[in-house]
Amino acid sequence: MTGTDTELRISKIRDGTVIDHVPAGEALHVLAILGIDGSGGEGVSLGMNVPSETMGHKDIVKVEGREMSQAELDVLSLIAPDATVNIVREYEVAEKTEIEPPEQVAGLLSCPNRHCITNAGEPVETRFDVLDEGVRCAYCETIVREEITDHLAV
Amino acid sequence: MRHDHLLTAKQLSRADIEAVLARAREFADDPAAHADRHPGALLALCFFEPSTRTKMSFETAAKRLGGDVIDMGAVEDSSVKKGESLADTARVVEGYADGIVLRHPSQGAARMASEFVDVPLVNAGDGAGHHPSQTLLDLYTIDENAGLDDLTIGVMGDLKYGRTVHSLAHALTNFDVRQHFISPESLRLPRSVRYDLHEAGANVREHDDLDAVLPELDVLYVTRIQRERFPDEEEYEKVAGEYRIDAETLGAASDDLAVMHPLPRIDEIDPEIDASPNATYFEQAHNGVPVRMALLDLLLREGGDAE
Repeated sequence: MTGTDTELRISKIRDGTVIDHVPAGEALHVLAILGIDGSGGEGVSLGMNVPSETMGHKDIVKVEGREMSQAELDVLSLIAPDATVNIVREYEVAEKTEIEPPEQVAGLLSCPNRHCITNAGEPVETRFDVLDEGVRCAYCETIVREEITDHLAV
Repeated sequence: MRHDHLLTAKQLSRADIEAVLARAREFADDPAAHADRHPGALLALCFFEPSTRTKMSFETAAKRLGGDVIDMGAVEDSSVKKGESLADTARVVEGYADGIVLRHPSQGAARMASEFVDVPLVNAGDGAGHHPSQTLLDLYTIDENAGLDDLTIGVMGDLKYGRTVHSLAHALTNFDVRQHFISPESLRLPRSVRYDLHEAGANVREHDDLDAVLPELDVLYVTRIQRERFPDEEEYEKVAGEYRIDAETLGAASDDLAVMHPLPRIDEIDPEIDASPNATYFEQAHNGVPVRMALLDLLLREGGDAE
């Protein structure tokens, strides 16, 4: 880890979340998963296509005043499987998390199959089983491998 | 069988299937002799799509077991017309009946509905998803005609949207079966079914036409290619015409070939075959009663006073 890298990850954040080692170009999808579009007033810093020793290039997302929930971390693993998450409190890294693929993600993706019961106005949250490659709707069994971010329900 | 619901054929083990088929054989000998099995049991029929065979055979099965049915009727006459959700309908009907049989146009409908009820629920077709009770009667018919092990089966027609095909393919992975799938390119098995067959280590091959594989088949399972799957009439006629069978087609087949079809057929099987010993589809339809009697018997006992 270079000094510049460390500085980018944790500097100038008092309380919040730093998501590092995001694949280059995915930072905006990370924000979409977090439901951050700027309207909530959080301070957001993005580093896109930052040089990385291990990844060549990577993105970094820093969000002030917000700690990610487990469900948010879960779905993050689908687009940024090697991401690391640092929860920062009072300028210090309070928790450091490596993302693990969950067995299932609930409520965060919508099913691309328009004939799926989850798209029929029923009082049910979507659930997707996580496969080695892609995800699978627990209701209609449709497998999504490409462009998972197109199906974010957030 | 240790299940509360029957939602897909994937949940059925070989032992589950054999238990249903064995019970069905008992009932088939004399279907009218079992009215003492479930006296007073009430089965709710919730069909959000039209059905003839499935609905009538479940009704027959319930009555043969000493029970009765309550029928939601056509969607046009029900609260669904007023915009009631399936989840609400299921919860209401659960209070009326000892079991629910559900057909619905949306894939995954039965799984979702099952999450809202405690009585056994049978998926009688969820859009292009699954139709596991049809599969049980298909397996029974295959077992009676060709046996379920060391079997070579060809499944032909609309493999993409054909729910009976999806359920049958899953169930056959429990047995020593070579599965050949014959269809136009645009109607091949969906990715989800291919994935499951691969995971199950199934012996599967896909073909564009029947000729190459017909001579080695023990069973040919034909399904209907639906007009609405094609952009225009001409394209439909062209494709559908390549997947029709008649007496001339069968000339290249084994004498013992069993021709099956979940019905209704339109013109994919020439009626001239009906009188041949190969025609198995009406026997298949009749098997719906003892097989659904067996299924209900096992599910209702599991959910209630277990044996």
